[in-house]
Amino acid sequence: MSPKNENKDLMDRGKKPKAKDLTRDDAVVKNYQSQTEIHSRPGAVEGKDLDVRTIEPPKRKSQWAEVWKRLIKNKAAIAGMIVIVILLLTAIFADFIAPFHYETQDLQNVRMAPNSDNWFGTDNFGRDIFSRVVYGSRISIQVGFIAVGVAMIVGGILGSVSGYYSGRIDNVIMRLMDVLLAIPGILLAIAIAAALGPGLVNVMIAVGIASIPRYARIVRASVLSLRDQEFVEAARAVGANDFRIITKYILPNCMAPIIVQGTLGVAEAILAAAGLSFIGLGIQPPIPEWGAMLSTARIYLRDAWWMSIFPGLAIMFTIFGLNLLGDGLRDALDPRLKG
Amino acid sequence: MAKDLLKVKDLSIQYNTDEGVVKAVDNMTFEIGVGETIGIVGETGAGKTTTALGIMQLVPSPPGQIVQGEIFFKGEDLLKKKEEEMRKIRGNKISMIFQDPMTSLNPVMTTEDQVAEVILLHQEVSQKEALEKARDMIETVGIPRERGKEYPHQFSGGMRQRIVIAIALSCNPELLIADEPTTALDVTIQAQVLKLMKRLKDEFETSMIMITHDLGVVANICDKVAIMYTGYVVEYAKVRDLFENPLHPYTQGLFGSIPNVEEDEKRLNPIKGLMPDPTEIPEGCPFNPRCPKAMDICRKVLPDRVEVEEGHFVNCHLYPAEEYKK
Repeated sequence: MSPKNENKDLMDRGKKPKAKDLTRDDAVVKNYQSQTEIHSRPGAVEGKDLDVRTIEPPKRKSQWAEVWKRLIKNKAAIAGMIVIVILLLTAIFADFIAPFHYETQDLQNVRMAPNSDNWFGTDNFGRDIFSRVVYGSRISIQVGFIAVGVAMIVGGILGSVSGYYSGRIDNVIMRLMDVLLAIPGILLAIAIAAALGPGLVNVMIAVGIASIPRYARIVRASVLSLRDQEFVEAARAVGANDFRIITKYILPNCMAPIIVQGTLGVAEAILAAAGLSFIGLGIQPPIPEWGAMLSTARIYLRDAWWMSIFPGLAIMFTIFGLNLLGDGLRDALDPRLKG
Repeated sequence: MAKDLLKVKDLSIQYNTDEGVVKAVDNMTFEIGVGETIGIVGETGAGKTTTALGIMQLVPSPPGQIVQGEIFFKGEDLLKKKEEEMRKIRGNKISMIFQDPMTSLNPVMTTEDQVAEVILLHQEVSQKEALEKARDMIETVGIPRERGKEYPHQFSGGMRQRIVIAIALSCNPELLIADEPTTALDVTIQAQVLKLMKRLKDEFETSMIMITHDLGVVANICDKVAIMYTGYVVEYAKVRDLFENPLHPYTQGLFGSIPNVEEDEKRLNPIKGLMPDPTEIPEGCPFNPRCPKAMDICRKVLPDRVEVEEGHFVNCHLYPAEEYKK
């Protein structure tokens, strides 16, 4: 368009009636309404013979439905999920599944090999190992999920603050996390558990603290990549404050890596708790914890293999299931990762 | 013209980078009346977006820094406002439409929630009322209200930009800053979105700053236009004046590079050369190395703003101030 070759239509700037000056019957409004009606309700325009048929739009799936679809295609993830569901059911219905209470001793039948009454045999106090393994699932799940939950919340807050504000706060927080990371996780958990003393809650705290830095790092990395996205800028431009931006715009968008790390983290937390119990810093008898059971069984390894095999298998299957599920989730949440 | 809604005076914004200081906006002055639309036109990197962010007080800092200037919005200097007060203005009195509708919506929130979010932030209404208003707003921009329950990825680009417009207009702002709202859209959708914006602007009596590099868009909806080059406004005039009588060689070059439909042209007629490195802006008039009419003085002295005819300002030595003084 050259300056002289001006377009009359484009340049027309005649006064148009404002919407608020118009009554509902005004022709302009009518015209406008019919236009929008074509957009919103096909075929619903009055007095016009439009051959418009309503077409059902294809059912669109939300992001999570897509993830679910990909997840259930993955056989390994299904296997993992089945294991976890069984574990959860066992923990919930332990009272109905276990034939004996976990503390019931039968000193007449000590260290019995597996038989029809005691499917997994009995231990050195004559307690039914099957019942103890069943009840043990409760402890493991508690420790696993609560420890990871604590680590996720604390690590998430630290990570998002340091990623969002960057600068000095970021430096301070992340160097602290580096210090924690420099100490091997299990060693750190041992140190904390030793300082706090044994017990269920202390184990959770110890394991939780030891895994904070990992979540902090993951969250920080995701926040850093999301912070400069245009939709975050747009949120700022509509007047949202920092807290709202972090909780409503940034964190929901970095859930995928956190969920994956969380699933794998539960497995590690269970393992760490079992390890702590094994060396006597964790859950104390008579509470049936798989690690503690292994620890007791160690002395009788030569003549009562069942005492160690079954709690060991329980730990193994749980970790295996969680890891399969975690891997499956990662593939499902980020299809690009899978070559 | 009615009272000025926004008055920007001598605004300078710079970025302090490792390579040196980049003057993104230098001595920018313009004003917008109620219901008026001003177009800001320029090449990529001319400082258009930075101007917009400056008005919103959203210049990323560091490295960005507002060096000097005043931005009067309804008589109050925005630069002196506290962050908290600014937050109440953003989205409420002044709102912004971003360039790329693909990335300016939160992918994990339903669209109606995102529209309702702004309403909730600035108006004292319940969650339910806000959602209801949001759905009305979605309908106003021509999307069926039931689709508000869907996520941004289920929308096409043009529809997303409509949602962005719905968000921007949902609190009935007095000033709308549109940062290249149609650049990421294809031509037919561009026309639709522009038509929609124009209609809503008239309906809500909103003033608008239209940032674009499309002179066609300017002709279509702007009242005034400012041509920017390397952070400077080189020409500032009413649209009709500028299109009929472009004064600055850069503006003339811009018009010259648009092919004439009536003549048989084989090649485009671009402005020769490239925009200078933002850290090494040439001395004198920044346009002098590319200017076909460059004189000696252009290489030494930065031209002042001269009012050649009423409301038509140009910064160029071809129009010496003495000649046009009244």
